[in-house]
Amino acid sequence: MSLALTLASRNLFQDRLRFIATLIGIVFSVVLVMVQMGLYLGFGHMVTTMIDHAAADLWVVSKGATSFEDLTLLDIKTRDRLPGINGVNKVIPVVIGFADWRRQTDSRVKPVFVVGTDLDAGALVPWNLVDGSLDALRATNAVAVDRTYFNDLGVSGIGSTAEIRSQRARVAAVTDGIRSFTTTPYVFAELSRARAYIGLPPTKFNHFIIRLRPGASLSNVQHDIQSNVPDVDVLTPAQFRDRSRSFWLFGTGAGAALFAGALLGVIVGTVIVAQTLYSSTKDHIYEFATLRAIGCSNRYIYRVIIWQALLNAVIGFALATAIGFVVVQLTAKSALPIVITPGLVAGLFALTVVMCIGSAVTAIIRVVRIDPVMVMSR
Amino acid sequence: MIIPVIEARNVSKVLGTGAGQVRALKNIDLSISGGKLTMLMGPSGSGKTTLLSILGCMLAPTEGSVFICGHATQGAGPERLAEIRRQHIGFVFQSFHLFPTLTAEENVQLALDVRGEQRRRAKAKSREVLERVGLAQKTAAFPRDLSGGEQQRVAIARAIVAEPSAILADEPTAALDSTNGQAIMTILARAGRQHGRAVLVVTHDTRLLEFADRILYIEDGVLTHEERPTANVYRIRA
Repeated sequence: MSLALTLASRNLFQDRLRFIATLIGIVFSVVLVMVQMGLYLGFGHMVTTMIDHAAADLWVVSKGATSFEDLTLLDIKTRDRLPGINGVNKVIPVVIGFADWRRQTDSRVKPVFVVGTDLDAGALVPWNLVDGSLDALRATNAVAVDRTYFNDLGVSGIGSTAEIRSQRARVAAVTDGIRSFTTTPYVFAELSRARAYIGLPPTKFNHFIIRLRPGASLSNVQHDIQSNVPDVDVLTPAQFRDRSRSFWLFGTGAGAALFAGALLGVIVGTVIVAQTLYSSTKDHIYEFATLRAIGCSNRYIYRVIIWQALLNAVIGFALATAIGFVVVQLTAKSALPIVITPGLVAGLFALTVVMCIGSAVTAIIRVVRIDPVMVMSR
Repeated sequence: MIIPVIEARNVSKVLGTGAGQVRALKNIDLSISGGKLTMLMGPSGSGKTTLLSILGCMLAPTEGSVFICGHATQGAGPERLAEIRRQHIGFVFQSFHLFPTLTAEENVQLALDVRGEQRRRAKAKSREVLERVGLAQKTAAFPRDLSGGEQQRVAIARAIVAEPSAILADEPTAALDSTNGQAIMTILARAGRQHGRAVLVVTHDTRLLEFADRILYIEDGVLTHEERPTANVYRIRA
């Protein structure tokens, strides 16, 4: 270990108050960026949750559909053209829409987002069932709801009843963790029931899920559908995910707001670290001048300052990450969980290092101006 | 021809600007060879420290040239001057300028670390030099735990550990009592004489003259005269 590191660490730990202030700045900054980016990732996952859980090879959606929640309708004629295309095995209709859920307990109305599911095809069915079964959804008026919305929906579990669009609904299955990124709960129902709940005629659909024949080429089938049915968009799940994320995160400005928050965190962190590194350098100015006087190169002095910045970065990041993971645990069951991936952690570490080293620039500029002769006058 | 360790040719230095301008050094010619302890004496404000700073490549002369072991310093940038200091000069300062967060051994080792010396070798050399200046038992002590005399010994160890051709000392005994002052001068004189180094000590303490092989007198920026004592006390002691 070079003495540059020893000198950097001793200088850093010598003034504990300043060191703590620096760490608070870094931790605040990194946690803020982590939370903002974690929200971004969490939001990104939530807006594609239906796409992620659908067993689809391709999605056929209305031209320019922005997301899964896009309510633009497709006609039955479109559906009728799809099975004849080479490589298409199954065409599974999806219907979605908003409806009013009237609580039986107090008659209060809550908007819900109804997802019609083809139970026979099974391409988009409720997952994470914790009570009841998929077969139970075949029963008259049966619906599946998520248990996190029990209070909102005024239900207590299997057998609870309510009205959707003035039609009876009975909870026949309960899921866990199928949360909407809005405050509107998802309600799953068998396809025909869903049509009734959202008032959709049998000739209309929102999307189609395409299952391919074994051995069929995905890109060829995608191309063929697009050629034969030009008034729709044919998307792979990945393309549909990207489109949904792009719409919800950037079309609505939510993503920009999250990035702005993260940028603010970086700026605050940089300013705080720069400020403390600069004042630390000023306090040790005679030491740096002595180093210069005994023939030390500028590079060696930069190393001392950069080591200080890196030590700040590593310790601050470690504390911030620990806090970040606590925040993840606390928000895991919330409407918008914060998601921290290994990639985000690695990226944040790199950002913290860059931020701290960038902060060292003012200190380095100060050191570059040191005149070694100052040690002679003291 | 023997190249002098330090040579100044017609060196002048103007400090300040405008009405406050002062001609601190005037046409100094000087040559210092190895193996001798040279003292630079003069009253306060006579230009002693300015001359030492110029000879130590920390300050550029307004006119004239300085050569360190034959290397011209004229026109050299800050990094080149630092390199010349690193390669040829060891400094001892009046206020020691030790690093308070480093131990005595680390302070000495630092002079080797900035020269890129391998850590284990630097450690061994530092211990050896500290032993030479009588601080074998204090290697792990921090400057705050050392007396003024001990701190100056550490500073001397730092100056000599890289085996420079010249040691420049600015009032090295000014902050010390006479016993410690004598001890420090003995170490400096030995460092010069036994290792063939040029040692230049700036002082105004006449009690130290006995250690000098050569005494330069400076007044108002001009080297007025010099003396070469024939048999100094140091030689008798050595």
